[in-house]
Amino acid sequence: MSVESLIQLNSIERTFTLGDSKVHALRDVNLAILPGEYIAVMGPSGSGKSTLLNLIGLLDRADAGAYNLEGRDVTTLDQNELAKVRSERIGFIFQSFHLVPRLTAAANIELPLTLSGIPAAERNKRVVQALKEYGLTDRAQHRPNELSGGQRQRVAIARATVQRPAVLLADEPTGNLDRVTGEEVIRLLEALNAQGMTLIVVTHDPVLGARARRQIRMEDGSIVSDVTQAS
Amino acid sequence: MKFTDTLRYASDAATGTPLRTGLLMLAMSIGVAAVVILTALGDGARRYVVGEFSAIGSNLVIVLPGRSETRGFNPANLITSTPRDLTVNDAIAILRLPGVARIAPILIATSEINAAGKLREAMLLGTSDEYIHVRQQKLALGRFLSKDDLGNGAAEVVLGAGIRREIFGLENPLGKTVRIGDRRLRVVGVLSEGGQGMGMTTDELLIVPISIAQAMLNTNTLFRILVEARSREQIGEVKASVLKLITQRHEGEEDVTVITQDAVLKTFDKILGVLTLGVAGIAAISLAVAGVLVMNVMLVSVAQRTAEIGLLKALGATSSAVRELFMAEAMLLSLSGGLLGLGLGYLGAALLRYLYPTFPAYPPLWAVLAGLGTSLASGLIFGVMPARRAAQLDPIEALSKR
Repeated sequence: MSVESLIQLNSIERTFTLGDSKVHALRDVNLAILPGEYIAVMGPSGSGKSTLLNLIGLLDRADAGAYNLEGRDVTTLDQNELAKVRSERIGFIFQSFHLVPRLTAAANIELPLTLSGIPAAERNKRVVQALKEYGLTDRAQHRPNELSGGQRQRVAIARATVQRPAVLLADEPTGNLDRVTGEEVIRLLEALNAQGMTLIVVTHDPVLGARARRQIRMEDGSIVSDVTQAS
Repeated sequence: MKFTDTLRYASDAATGTPLRTGLLMLAMSIGVAAVVILTALGDGARRYVVGEFSAIGSNLVIVLPGRSETRGFNPANLITSTPRDLTVNDAIAILRLPGVARIAPILIATSEINAAGKLREAMLLGTSDEYIHVRQQKLALGRFLSKDDLGNGAAEVVLGAGIRREIFGLENPLGKTVRIGDRRLRVVGVLSEGGQGMGMTTDELLIVPISIAQAMLNTNTLFRILVEARSREQIGEVKASVLKLITQRHEGEEDVTVITQDAVLKTFDKILGVLTLGVAGIAAISLAVAGVLVMNVMLVSVAQRTAEIGLLKALGATSSAVRELFMAEAMLLSLSGGLLGLGLGYLGAALLRYLYPTFPAYPPLWAVLAGLGTSLASGLIFGVMPARRAAQLDPIEALSKR
C-alpha cells in the first residue's frame, strides 16, 4: 500500500440483485495502480470487468471495501463530490462513443468544460487546442453523423482528455471500429499514456490486451492473474 | 454549470427536435392566444357597453314606466294592476324639482319618411329641444328643434345623417319639406354622423317635437323621461325626489322605475367583468392541457436521451445540473409557446378590431400577464417530474441504453 498509488482498491465487494438471485460482480478485489500505468483488463463477458471500470470511474459504489483515489478515500463522498472528481480527474471512453448527436464535434469536446462552469473564452481556447492535437480542426463544425467512426472516437478521446484527467478509462474503445482505425485509436491512447496519463483499457481482444504493460485477467468477479511485462 | 450555458444547452436540445418542439409551442400558443383573444372580446364588450351608456349623457337619471322590482303582495295591486303611463305633465313636473337641470321626454316609434320621391322606414323620436344637450349629441347642419313648452311644437324635423344621405344625397336638406306619416315637416337640422346611444345609431333617426310625435301616434304617453341632474353629487337626490313626485302624481302608486346611469354602468361593468373572467378561466383550461403536453414531451425527451443523460453524469454533471437542464428546457418551451401565443392573440385582437372597428377588442393587461404566467407555471409544474426522473437516472444503466 504505497503512498504513491493513484488507485488503491482494498477488498472491494459488489453484488447486484437480479430478480431473486444475487450476482457477485466483484469479490474481494485488491488492486494498486501507480500513476502512468498502462493496464488492460481482460476476461469473458460477465467477469466483472465493466463493473470494475465503473467503480474506478466513480459511476458505481462498492458494497464493501475501500477505494482511495490519489490518496483520498472516495467511498465516503456524496453524489456532488463524486461528480466533481469525475469531472476533473477521470476521463471515459466508450465503445459506442456516446457523442451528443445534435452537437458539433467542437461542442461535444467543450461539454465537460461547460459542465464544470469554465468561462467561455477559456473553454474556446482549450477546445481549439484539443481539436488541433487530435487533427480535428477541419471537422470542428461537423456533427457526429457526418464523421467517420475513427473521427468520432477521436472526438470522444478529445472530450475525455480536455480536462487533463489523472486516469483514462476506456471500455472496448475499438469495439465499433475496423482494424486499421482501431489501431489508430489505440496508438493515440498509448501516446497519451506515454505523456503520463494512466490508461485502463477493458477489452475482449487479446491482441489489444497484449500491448499493455500490465494485464489483469478477471473471471467470475475476481482477479485471477495480474502480470506486468518487463519493458 | 453557468446559467447561460444551461439555457443554451436546453435550447439546443429543444431545437434538436424541431417538429416536436414546434407542435408543443403551437399547443401552448393556442392556449395563450385563446386567453388573450377571449378576454379581449369580453373586455371589449364591457368597454363597448360602458361606452354606449356613457354616450347617453352625463349625470343622467332615466324614468321608465312600470316597475321592475318584485314586491310582496299589496292589496293596492288588485285595484290598480296596470301601471299608469308617463305623461308630458309628469315631465313638466319633474323639471320643476330642485337639482334638475334639464329634462327630455322621449317617445319612440317606427315611421316612414317620404321626400324627394323616395320612401323610407325610419325610427321616429319625439322629444324636446333639450334632448341634444341631455344626450350630448352634435349637429352637422342647421339647428336642433326650437324651444317649446312641450305642448305645441313647431312642424320641424331633425334628420339622422344616414337618412339625409339617402333621401337628399349631397343636396342641402335645410328648409326642405318632408312627409312623415301624415304630417308635412320642415327640415331644420342634420345630426352628425356616427352618433351612438341605447344600442342604436342616431344615423337612422327622425327627431320631431314631442307634441307632433304624440299627435302622429295618437297617444299621450311617453317611452322615457331623461332627467339631467345639476351635478354628479345630486344624482341620488334627484332620483329620490323624482320617484317621490311621480308616486304622488300617480295617486300613491309607485309604478315607475327610476334608474341612474351610474347604477346601470356599474352593473354592466360588473356583469361583463365577471363574464370576461369566466371566459379567461375557460381559455386557461387549454393552457393546463398544454401543460400536460409539456410533461409528455419532456418525458419522451428524457426517455430518448437516456444515454445522453448517462454521458453527462459520466462527464461530471451533478444530479442538480441535469435537473436544471431539463427544467430549463421545459421552461423555454412553455415560455416561447407563451410568447408566440401572445403575438397570435394580439394579432387576433387586432383582426377583430379591423373587422369590427366600433368594438374595442383590446386584451386587458391582467389577462395577458395571467396567460403568460399560467403558461410559465404549467411549464414549471409539469416540467418538474420529467426533470427529476432525468436527474435520478443511474448513469451506468443510462449509458448502456441504445
